[in-house]
Amino acid sequence: MVVTAQNIDGNAAVKMAGVEKWYGEFHALKSIDLTVARGEKIVVCGPSGSGKSTLIRCINQLETVQDGTITVDGIELTAGPKNVEKIRRDVGMVFQQFNLFPHMTVLENCMLAPIKVRGVSKDEAEKTARTYLERVRIPEQAEKYPAQLSGGQQQRVAIARALCMNPKIMLFDEPTSALDPEMVNEVLDTMIDLASEGMTMLVVTHEMGFARKVADRVIFMDKGEIVEVGEPESFFSNPQNERTRTFLGQISH
Amino acid sequence: MFRTFGPNEVWYIVMAVQWTLLLSAVAFAGGAAGGIAIALARVSPIRPLRYFALAFIRVFQGTPLLMQLFLVFFGLNIFGVGINPWVAAAIALTLHASAYLGEIWRGCIEAVPSGQSEASWALGLGYRDRMSHIILPQAAKISVAPTVGFLVQLIKGTSLASIIGFVELTRAGQIINNATFQPLTVFSLVAALYFILCWPLSLWARHLEGRFAIATAR
Repeated sequence: MVVTAQNIDGNAAVKMAGVEKWYGEFHALKSIDLTVARGEKIVVCGPSGSGKSTLIRCINQLETVQDGTITVDGIELTAGPKNVEKIRRDVGMVFQQFNLFPHMTVLENCMLAPIKVRGVSKDEAEKTARTYLERVRIPEQAEKYPAQLSGGQQQRVAIARALCMNPKIMLFDEPTSALDPEMVNEVLDTMIDLASEGMTMLVVTHEMGFARKVADRVIFMDKGEIVEVGEPESFFSNPQNERTRTFLGQISH
Repeated sequence: MFRTFGPNEVWYIVMAVQWTLLLSAVAFAGGAAGGIAIALARVSPIRPLRYFALAFIRVFQGTPLLMQLFLVFFGLNIFGVGINPWVAAAIALTLHASAYLGEIWRGCIEAVPSGQSEASWALGLGYRDRMSHIILPQAAKISVAPTVGFLVQLIKGTSLASIIGFVELTRAGQIINNATFQPLTVFSLVAALYFILCWPLSLWARHLEGRFAIATAR
């Protein structure tokens, strides 16, 4: 899928315009402009401290920004707290550290938000939860507590938990960085499945194999700026910017 | 003529334990309700609420419990409620316990990893659901041992209520001592009774701490 600025404007899943973010003196995001089409898969990469996590955390307002506008699914986030709550229901997020609720079973983790936020019945929430646990291939773990699962299994539960809210957009913040190497693929495979079903995805990751396979566009960030954006083919084989070349050189070893 | 220190005197002192326990229970129950309110105010996004809770804690942690008892005791009288040691002791100890439990529980709430709140926000959960289903249940687990530890302090603290004339264990000891003039015997018994109340609680608190350490070990 080739996405250009013309065919996505107006119908964008996410639109960031002139976004500025400081942590005190530190300029974390510098005039970020980014439009993500519905169904598009974006991979964000860059050295640590480049602002890539901050970028996607702005989309569900885990980070607030000082300037610029962020519009998600046609609703302007930066316009007020009511909009933020509305948007968070429709934007799922998967964290590096899983952030499952340790005092609840896998099933309860998946059922809580649909019941409390969407107001669905307990039976319906359980049915949905079991469906998604099936989809991430761990239906047999439903009654266990997170601590009883491996890292890969926990992260798949976290994906299922987010999907139970039936989100329109999924954000992944380094979803495989805290995993033992042998568990990375089970999580990536789950994400590839999700991508093939047409989910809009923004993924911060260093897994360049995943980027090649799934991404419509790859974004390279450095020092709070979007340095380069490209389709994976040209991004990897023919990076335009010197900083991109240096970064790709470093991670390919 | 002094009374001799006999079984009746011992019985009088032992029976006073119930008032110490009752006062402790009332103060703990009131302090728990106040403490949760203070703790939530301390971590509230609303700034004036945070400052109010902080000031409340600072005042009650920075003044002696005895002064708090005096102020409430004489204050109630000035406001026309009359002199009632029971009410004064209960109110003063409740406020005292609210401040300390509020500070203990604030620490427990803040000890829950920030990722738990982030995951709650990301799922769209509101403040009430986030607190009642995610944060407080996890904070409660952390809080059990320090809370029991504070309960021991509170039980011992009730002895100060004797000074405003509330007849609990310590006051009962004073009354018997005034009649028998056997201070060493009388107050040894009183101290032993406090010890019997507090020591098992201390042991329990340590046991819970150990269990918590195991539960959180990875």
